[in-house]
Amino acid sequence: MKGMTVIVKTISVWVKMIIFLFGIYIILFGHLTPGGGFAGGVILAASYVLLMLAFGREFVLKSLPLGLASKLDCVGALMFIFIAILGLVFSGTFFVNFLYQKYLPGEALNLISAGTIPLSNIAIGIKVGASLFLIIFVLSTFRHEVSEKKEE
Amino acid sequence: MTIFYVLLVFVLIAAVIAIETKNLLSSVICIGAVGFGASLLFLFLRAPDIAITQIVVEILGLIILIRATIARDLTFIGGDREFFGMVVSVVVIIAISLVGVVVLTTLPVVFGDPVFAEVPNAASQTYLSEGLRDTGAANIVAAVILDYRAYDTLGEATVLFTSIIGATVILRKKTKKLLEEPDL
Repeated sequence: MKGMTVIVKTISVWVKMIIFLFGIYIILFGHLTPGGGFAGGVILAASYVLLMLAFGREFVLKSLPLGLASKLDCVGALMFIFIAILGLVFSGTFFVNFLYQKYLPGEALNLISAGTIPLSNIAIGIKVGASLFLIIFVLSTFRHEVSEKKEE
Repeated sequence: MTIFYVLLVFVLIAAVIAIETKNLLSSVICIGAVGFGASLLFLFLRAPDIAITQIVVEILGLIILIRATIARDLTFIGGDREFFGMVVSVVVIIAISLVGVVVLTTLPVVFGDPVFAEVPNAASQTYLSEGLRDTGAANIVAAVILDYRAYDTLGEATVLFTSIIGATVILRKKTKKLLEEPDL
């Protein structure tokens, strides 16, 4: 897979940044506006998959190596569990929203509000984005193997 | 109200084309159209969260995934349909439509209006009235999935994590071998 034409490449470089920023916005404002960790994570993965389709698999590995993607996947999952365990430590119940109830009430409709909900959104966003990118990358590599075998 | 029926007819036509067409690419695009129509429906039903998720998953999970994974020479679907299967599917479609009409006519509210507005003591009333005070999140959907029902989200994340592990393990050796070779 060598990628597509120059037009597609140029446009995808610009559009990729906008898609990435939009994904970050969807994740960060998940507790105020529609959206959240899952949808934002899928959008983040989509920006890298767009690069992969336009430039080929080798190019996207330079900006997001497979090892880094799988580490991000684990970091997201561990962060989510860690937030849940912090609730157990500070308030005595697994997954309780300890930040909102005890330490940082925040004002409703502000970016810093709702305690652990934005943190959980970020964790889920990282996790979903990295894992969806991984699965599409691995599957597209597998496709090349299948089509090569057919030619033999 | 009319917009729901227009969108429903659009979704149904796209779904039928997606099944009947012989070209894989146009079939996939028709399924994308089904997802797009469904996400517009959710938007008009005042559920923007599920609309965003629907459109994102439908576009990335379906069109891009299939575009990235299906080889280019496998774009045609073969095979003829049996008469018996056709009869069974027509009967099933008619039965489902009849059930749908019955459900629509017996709804306590007009289709498109939230049920909790009419039904007294609906469970969602509690979330709507107490959600902001309990969690501080203005988006009640986020409050439900990350505070009231955070265990569900944990289970979902675990399922996703496990499936990713499974897929990467199954495709691992081939991936490693291919990465050492020059690109096509």
